[in-house]
Amino acid sequence: MTSPVHTVRTPPPTSPRTSPRARPRGERGPLASVGLHAGLLIAVAISLFPVAWLVLTSLKPRNGWLSTELRFFNDPSLDNYVRVLTGTEFPQWLLNSVLTAGLTMVLGVFLAASTGYAVSRFRFPGHRATMWLLLVTQMFPVAILIVPLFNLMARLGLLNQIPGLVIAYMTIAVPFCAWMMKSYFDTVPIEIDQAAMVDGLTPFGAFWRVVLPLARPGVAVTAFYCFMTAWGEVGYATVFMTQEDKRTLGVGLQQFVGLHWSDWGLMTASAVLIALPAGAVFLLVQRHLVTGLTAGATKA
Amino acid sequence: MAVSTGGVPAASESARGRRHDGRPDRQGPLRRSMSTHWYAWAMIAPAIVVMLVLIGWPLVWGVYLSLTDATEATIGRTIGVNVIPATYEFVGLDNYVQILTSSLFWDKLLWTVIWTVACVGLHYGIGLGLAVMLNRKLRLRSLYRVLLILPWAVPAFVAAFIWRYLYNSDYGVINGFLKLAGLSGVGWLDDPTTAKIAVIAVNVWLGVPFMMVALLGGLQSIPAELYEAAEVDGASPWQRFASITLPGLRQVSGTVVLLGTIWTFNMFPIIFLITGGGPGSETEILVTYAFREAFTGIRDYAGSAAWGVIILAMLVVLALGYRRTLRSQGDPW
Repeated sequence: MTSPVHTVRTPPPTSPRTSPRARPRGERGPLASVGLHAGLLIAVAISLFPVAWLVLTSLKPRNGWLSTELRFFNDPSLDNYVRVLTGTEFPQWLLNSVLTAGLTMVLGVFLAASTGYAVSRFRFPGHRATMWLLLVTQMFPVAILIVPLFNLMARLGLLNQIPGLVIAYMTIAVPFCAWMMKSYFDTVPIEIDQAAMVDGLTPFGAFWRVVLPLARPGVAVTAFYCFMTAWGEVGYATVFMTQEDKRTLGVGLQQFVGLHWSDWGLMTASAVLIALPAGAVFLLVQRHLVTGLTAGATKA
Repeated sequence: MAVSTGGVPAASESARGRRHDGRPDRQGPLRRSMSTHWYAWAMIAPAIVVMLVLIGWPLVWGVYLSLTDATEATIGRTIGVNVIPATYEFVGLDNYVQILTSSLFWDKLLWTVIWTVACVGLHYGIGLGLAVMLNRKLRLRSLYRVLLILPWAVPAFVAAFIWRYLYNSDYGVINGFLKLAGLSGVGWLDDPTTAKIAVIAVNVWLGVPFMMVALLGGLQSIPAELYEAAEVDGASPWQRFASITLPGLRQVSGTVVLLGTIWTFNMFPIIFLITGGGPGSETEILVTYAFREAFTGIRDYAGSAAWGVIILAMLVVLALGYRRTLRSQGDPW
């Protein structure tokens, strides 16, 4: 049934001069087209299926996840969402996560932007060392820092405190974000800074009033990245936030599917609630994210 | 003043100061270069201070801890008003000897290497394949692109939980499909081999979009004229791929493979949340093992720190070797 459709559709409008042998450059035969679309469709199916299944499961009634038969819908309801929002501590965890991630974002962007600008614009003694430091700190395993940081936090009384967790996240977010900001600033012509300084701005002024606004997409992406880092982190949060009411989402959700008791209805509903806003923003900024990453990669 | 009185030191100072700064400035070179650097230093200072305090100092302390026998029982604590002094002692390289001579370490290292190579290899291979497909002229290209990027938007811990549900041996959809096909279900996370395959599959699902997107950016920066010229010269599609696409992607590939390797090597949430290292400690990679060492049972801070130092040392050596290889092939930086 499908083949007639394809034979009708795939030859390009300019087909009169394309005999099967001599095909213009950059065009391909119907078979190749079908193969290409088939490959991509399979990939899309794999990438979408888990997310789609998550959403479907969350919409099943209370014990819908317990069914052993495969059904995409059985009496869709918002029961799970209601239970998550009213019957659990999810709102508290959400608040903790939002506060932590928000603070991490603000601080991280500030630190990363100024460092990235300096590394991008100035050649100063210590430039190379800074670049290396930014790269090397990205590879620090959680394992080596977590014990000293834990002791440090304990001594400063920052365990179970959101600022303590934010401080710990700086170690993850700042190096990578500074790296990303550098690659954005590299795309802003240096003549703009020079013009600004000729007009009497200090380098700080040029950075703050001229270059930073121009790099706004970069700042947005970096902010988003910082936010996501904190939003999705589990290791530090598990160790630092032991008090019931201080848990973040990554820690709290583990409770829904514990060793002795699990409720995938709650789990899937909260997973959707967590992933939806993040996903929406992500899709908005992803184009910039791509530019930043690849610019960094080609120029590093 | 400085220039007139101390000509020689000033000159040498400024020469050193503006080593990278090609501008010839005759008027007060010392002051100008110093002020330039002062700005630069002031701007990197906050981040550097943060990194030194939060990474440098804990690192030093971590290295020190790894040379002691500190555990939860011996480390100093303050409970209320009672200060319990630390009683752990310096034991030299004992922890390292103990770790490096244990078969456990080598088992975990082997699995970590397999995990990293399998994940990064699949990330890169699949990512490159999809990027090449998306780089063709294609109907619905941007739709495909957005849909393929989607897994990236899912926070890692959410992804881990989703997949745990999919793998669930009683209610999971994967076994559901198997049963539909008339096969018996598999206890995905109960058997070491399938559990390993399962965690690798999740990480691949999660990591391919990043590779795809980065490589797509790289592909788009390769000038189309190269392909046209090659086609005029009669190069086959494979020859074009091997002699234009791959070399053109070298720089991007270098960076993303290095980053991917580091991230995968240290990938914590996937294994921690999906299998918890189980069954037994079969799927435990070095990072999750060190974490478990430090925060379960009697917390072995010293042992965990030693694991951390070993992991870090391996990664630094890897990165240095990698950079050197790239540079010897003419990569700047």
